[in-house]
Amino acid sequence: MQRQVALIKQSLFDQGYLDEQFMALEELQDDANPNFVEEVSALYFKDSARLINNIDQALERGSFDFNRLDSYMHQFKGSSTSIGANKVKAECTMFRDYCRAGNAEGCLRTFQQLKKEHSTLRKKLEHYFQLARQAGPKETARRPK
Amino acid sequence: MEKGFSPVGLRVLVVDDDPTWLKILEKMLKKCSYEVTTCGLAREALKLLRERKDGYDIVISDVNMPDMDGFKLLEHVGLELDLPVIMMSVDGETSRVMKGVQHGACDYLLKPIRMKELKIIWQHVLRKKLQEVRDIEGCGYEGGSDWITRYDESHFLGSGEDVSFGKKRKDFDFEKKLLQDESDPSSSSSKKARVVWSFELHQKFVNAVNQIGCDHKAGPKKILDLMNVPWLTRENVASHLQKYRLYLSRLEKGKELKCYSGGGKSMDSPLKDTEFSSGHQSPGKSSYVFSGGNNALLQKATDINPEPLASAPVSDPNCDAIMPPKTKKTRIGFDPPISSTAFDSLLPWSDVPEPPESKPVLYENSFLHQQPLSSQSSYVANTAPCLMEEEMKPPYETPAIGTCVNPDEFIMPQDKGPTVTLQDLDPSISNMKLQEFSSNVTNNTESILRSLNWELPESHHSASLDTDLDFSWLQGERFLANTGLQFQDYSSSPSLLSELPPHLWFGNERLPDPDEYSFMVDHGLFIS
Repeated sequence: MQRQVALIKQSLFDQGYLDEQFMALEELQDDANPNFVEEVSALYFKDSARLINNIDQALERGSFDFNRLDSYMHQFKGSSTSIGANKVKAECTMFRDYCRAGNAEGCLRTFQQLKKEHSTLRKKLEHYFQLARQAGPKETARRPK
Repeated sequence: MEKGFSPVGLRVLVVDDDPTWLKILEKMLKKCSYEVTTCGLAREALKLLRERKDGYDIVISDVNMPDMDGFKLLEHVGLELDLPVIMMSVDGETSRVMKGVQHGACDYLLKPIRMKELKIIWQHVLRKKLQEVRDIEGCGYEGGSDWITRYDESHFLGSGEDVSFGKKRKDFDFEKKLLQDESDPSSSSSKKARVVWSFELHQKFVNAVNQIGCDHKAGPKKILDLMNVPWLTRENVASHLQKYRLYLSRLEKGKELKCYSGGGKSMDSPLKDTEFSSGHQSPGKSSYVFSGGNNALLQKATDINPEPLASAPVSDPNCDAIMPPKTKKTRIGFDPPISSTAFDSLLPWSDVPEPPESKPVLYENSFLHQQPLSSQSSYVANTAPCLMEEEMKPPYETPAIGTCVNPDEFIMPQDKGPTVTLQDLDPSISNMKLQEFSSNVTNNTESILRSLNWELPESHHSASLDTDLDFSWLQGERFLANTGLQFQDYSSSPSLLSELPPHLWFGNERLPDPDEYSFMVDHGLFIS
């Protein structure tokens, strides 16, 4: 079980879903906060859902206020760096590039992609944490090889 | 030096609108053994900082926040509190980083932030303290290292109330030393390569600030431009400004401790003697005017601190001779709240950043300049309010003023509106012992008052104060003069006061008790 958990985590890193920040979070986890990483992750997904909603609404308005969109995305990107959401972060950067270029089409496309990555990551992490809990607390604190 | 310094227990305030980062940073900082306070809004952060002016050692803030721009917060913190601020952002663009530096950030971190970066943020706190000490040394202070060692020790080892008390006491001692050393400005130039704020330079600084006026923020850039000193940089000015303010606020705190209680007659501080002496050179017209203002302020001050008086005057040996015998008597008049206020301004400026209040101005004057100031008080008055008004928008806490005399009281942006004139002085305030005072003052004083159109209220001061008042008034005048009310082109005239925002003059919140009041008024130290 524990090995399974370790493998899942490893694959998340290998596939670029997560970066070193996630490892850094794990290192912060200790007896005082045994579920720190999971808590942070939950917090991220809750907050980022709100941000995604804001951006969705802004895009739906169709007015394409690029400054505002860029600002939203800046927020979102900052948030995504907190747990090491690598692929999500990449989409954020692309979105901002399109904003600066004034490319509405590019923004829309990238945003769809971003939402997809975001959703994928959430599912993967939920699965990972679930297994980790079952496997036992020790495992989550260990760094992937 | 900093042998007593320890990063453990460093009090960090983290400001970030991102809840995820806030949680992560809190955990990271706690792992560094720091004492962490988190805050999701810039305004909330400012509120926390202002409530506990000495409650934090360093601020870490994100650049992008919904309610306030991070750079703005940075400016506020730097101006009002002179705390080191570290900016954070996911954006590492050169222009943004540059903006951070320009606004005074001591560091700029990119997200994601690593533990190793947070582990060493204490260096910024230490560096700032050392800089202050060095600047002070640059002005003649000898005991910088000791001071900072003691300061840091007490501060960081976290002894709570004791610590703060100790700190204040140490600060006070430090200030005293500054005053003593102050009279030898030449020593500073040989000491360090860093910018030495000579009296002339400081004077230019103060002039520039005053020139900027009350409508605009006396920002370092503007001050620098007005000063027209080619080799001086904006950073020099900014740091000088901050230090001055901090110094003034520290003095206040020190004064609080020493403040006399219960009626201000018990000022015994030996320092007073010295202090008084320095202040007697100028006609003190302006001081008189100020004193009126001080009264009002003093009213607000709960504590009157004679200390400031003592510390401020540094320069006049003659006064000393005269002073001592009278000091005790006059002490009442002198020391009280007014004097503290006056003194604050008089106290040697030691690069302590002070909340934008006028304090810095007053302070600088007194600190650098021991000459008689005929019109100086007006100058001070002018600058003070300007600074205050400009930079300190949020109400300044009365307690911060330190209870005693501090220019803060003088400049506290209390509730009053912007114009302060002697004539406009709130009768309840200006009526304070002014009347009594005037009856006891010399012709000089009276004429000054009259020229200012000041209504002297009925004095209800005890008879015993009369003599004191006379003397103290004289002394106060001189004191004020010495204390560096370096007014340059001002003559004590009512108009000066009119330029001052009333709130600056009067510490609206506090009303000193009658005894204190009379002191303040009498000595004209109120000027601050």
